[in-house]
Amino acid sequence: MATEKSLNAPGVQKEGPIRSFLRATELDTRILGMVGALLLIWCTFDILSGLVRPNDGLLGGSFLTPRNLWTLLVQTSSIAVMATGMVLVIVMRQIDLSVGSMLSMLAVAGAVVQVFQLGPWLGVGHPVIWIAGVVTCLIFGTLVGAFNGVLTAYLQIPSFIVTLGGLIAYSGIAFLLASGVTIAPMDRTFDIIGGGVPQSWLGPFWSWLLALLACGLIVLALINGRKQRRKFNFPLRPIWAEVALAAIGAVAVLGTTAVVNSYAWPFMLIKQYAQAHGVTIPPGVQNNDGDAICMAGDQVVRCTEGLIYYTGYSLPVLITLAVGAAMTFVATRTKFGRYIYAIGGNPEAAELAGINTRMVTVKVFALMGFLVGLSAIISSARLDAATNALGQSNELYVIAATVIGGTSLAGGVGTVYGALLGALLMQSIQSGMQLLNLPAAFQNIVVGTVLVLAVFVDQVYRRRVK
Amino acid sequence: MTAPLVEMRNISVSFGGIKAVDNVTVDLYPGEVVGLLGHNGAGKSTLIKVLSGAYKRDGGTILINGEEVDINNPRDAKGYGIETIYQALALADNVDAASNLFLGRELMTKWGTLDDVAMEAAARKVMGRLNPNFRRFKEPAKSLSGGQRQSVAIARAILFNARILIMDEPTAALGPQETRMVADLIQELKRQGIGIFLIDHDIHTVMELCDRASVMKNGQLVGTVKVDEVTDDDILGMIILGKKPEKVA
Repeated sequence: MATEKSLNAPGVQKEGPIRSFLRATELDTRILGMVGALLLIWCTFDILSGLVRPNDGLLGGSFLTPRNLWTLLVQTSSIAVMATGMVLVIVMRQIDLSVGSMLSMLAVAGAVVQVFQLGPWLGVGHPVIWIAGVVTCLIFGTLVGAFNGVLTAYLQIPSFIVTLGGLIAYSGIAFLLASGVTIAPMDRTFDIIGGGVPQSWLGPFWSWLLALLACGLIVLALINGRKQRRKFNFPLRPIWAEVALAAIGAVAVLGTTAVVNSYAWPFMLIKQYAQAHGVTIPPGVQNNDGDAICMAGDQVVRCTEGLIYYTGYSLPVLITLAVGAAMTFVATRTKFGRYIYAIGGNPEAAELAGINTRMVTVKVFALMGFLVGLSAIISSARLDAATNALGQSNELYVIAATVIGGTSLAGGVGTVYGALLGALLMQSIQSGMQLLNLPAAFQNIVVGTVLVLAVFVDQVYRRRVK
Repeated sequence: MTAPLVEMRNISVSFGGIKAVDNVTVDLYPGEVVGLLGHNGAGKSTLIKVLSGAYKRDGGTILINGEEVDINNPRDAKGYGIETIYQALALADNVDAASNLFLGRELMTKWGTLDDVAMEAAARKVMGRLNPNFRRFKEPAKSLSGGQRQSVAIARAILFNARILIMDEPTAALGPQETRMVADLIQELKRQGIGIFLIDHDIHTVMELCDRASVMKNGQLVGTVKVDEVTDDDILGMIILGKKPEKVA
């Protein structure tokens, strides 16, 4: 990270190969810095965890293993989905402190509908139940978000206060709705959205197909952009830079896919699936390091060569990626997104340009509420339960992820993909420290420190660029 | 003579107990530049913000082409072809020049997405006419100089075929050459039959560019004079003493 920054400093007169590469490809150097920091953190945790207990990670630890990286992606989903909305809220110079409590409230509401209302009435497992749970979370979330927005935009109450009130009040509503107890279990179909059951895993074939599709889209987007610019005789990137961009995109997509495709189903699930579907389990020699299953005599055991299923992408990760793409589209390609950035840059100018800034504010908060609803579905499905503490202090992680991802609290600046990376970075630090068996109190200290440090580094970088 | 493009009759605006604009009447004809003069706090910016929709009037009527209209916000004003170039250079600092030009009236592709390339092309065309040296279309507005920002603001007004243009100290942030450019531009806009309200502190600018001048003091209209018929000192007297020169009274 440090080397990258010094190489990009404007003080450097002679243009080195890295600098000219960055200029030609128009890559965001701050995001590159974040990716660098992320890789550094991953490698450090892998080495440290290897010192504690050697494992089959890339550097001898347990961090850079398919299992951990796959789990990391799933764990990041809920925070990441909310962070994409928080980017727009913060870019517009607002804040939403209520997302954590709102998540608890929505998850509990969805669970009450499934478990207490429709379950006894329609009978457990009825297809209407999971749909009703999903719709409840999304619609209720959108309405609560819009309510926050109306109080902020039309009654002119600062969003900090509106959502601080929400933080306190919504957790109270969550407690009342849940009567203080854990509501479980959720509908079986609903649970698929959480990513914890085999039906929510795409499997290697579809994962590879999806990856190829994504690579195709990257190439198409680059070609289309070039064609558009040529049509109006605008300056074009050199061909090698376009190829490099396509290659970077493809490597990232295919690399991620390769990792999720090499994470095997848990031993017990393979065994259950094989027995339930009458798949013959090949004979083999017991080896507890393997991920496959074999028959050693009449016993099902772990082995290296045998029956094995790989997970591929899981549903919450796919949802997060889809939300990330959709929100990037909203932020950069629509009028609505352009207005959000203009309002964040200069609210008065935006109003004078004829933008209905109040309506945009309400819509942004409503969108935030919708995404909280989505996260509530993912979280409660993953846990197979809902409690009034499900989203506790999530607002802090969401805001931290957004800010680490380069969104400025002064407004006007921020990217959706930055927030996604920020969420991944936060989760990496947390799960890395869990691998090292550090106590929770210590994890909090480190996460807090990283937040402050990240913003400091970003400030220094911005000043140097100026 | 033709009907006035704009008539603002008996306009009043109060902030709390203070009458910022008190019963002021001004008008503007096509192809004419009317200067609004007065000290700081005389009420000229407030008066003009009523026309551009930024402030609501407490009393009086606004007529455009002889018809009474209701202007409650900047969107209404734009609907009547009223464009404003603000003193504080109202640009969103974090978005680029092309996006600022089209802010609020973006060009869209057939799929309903922003057509940034077409907007950049249109921006290059209009800026080429206005400020041929301008090249920084993809940079955020905050990296532009005062003159470049002003040309973006003016380009925004002409791009949308304004009929009525309000310029609030358009040359305040500019160097001599850029001021010259704005003066030429105003002549060009006049030839196209656009009516311009020009707010300025500088008497020389007003004497040079305007056809008529309306002077305000303490929220009230001192008087409106044809600049050909008065001297700099007459206008100065109106601004400072609030006295209309006798020969035109």
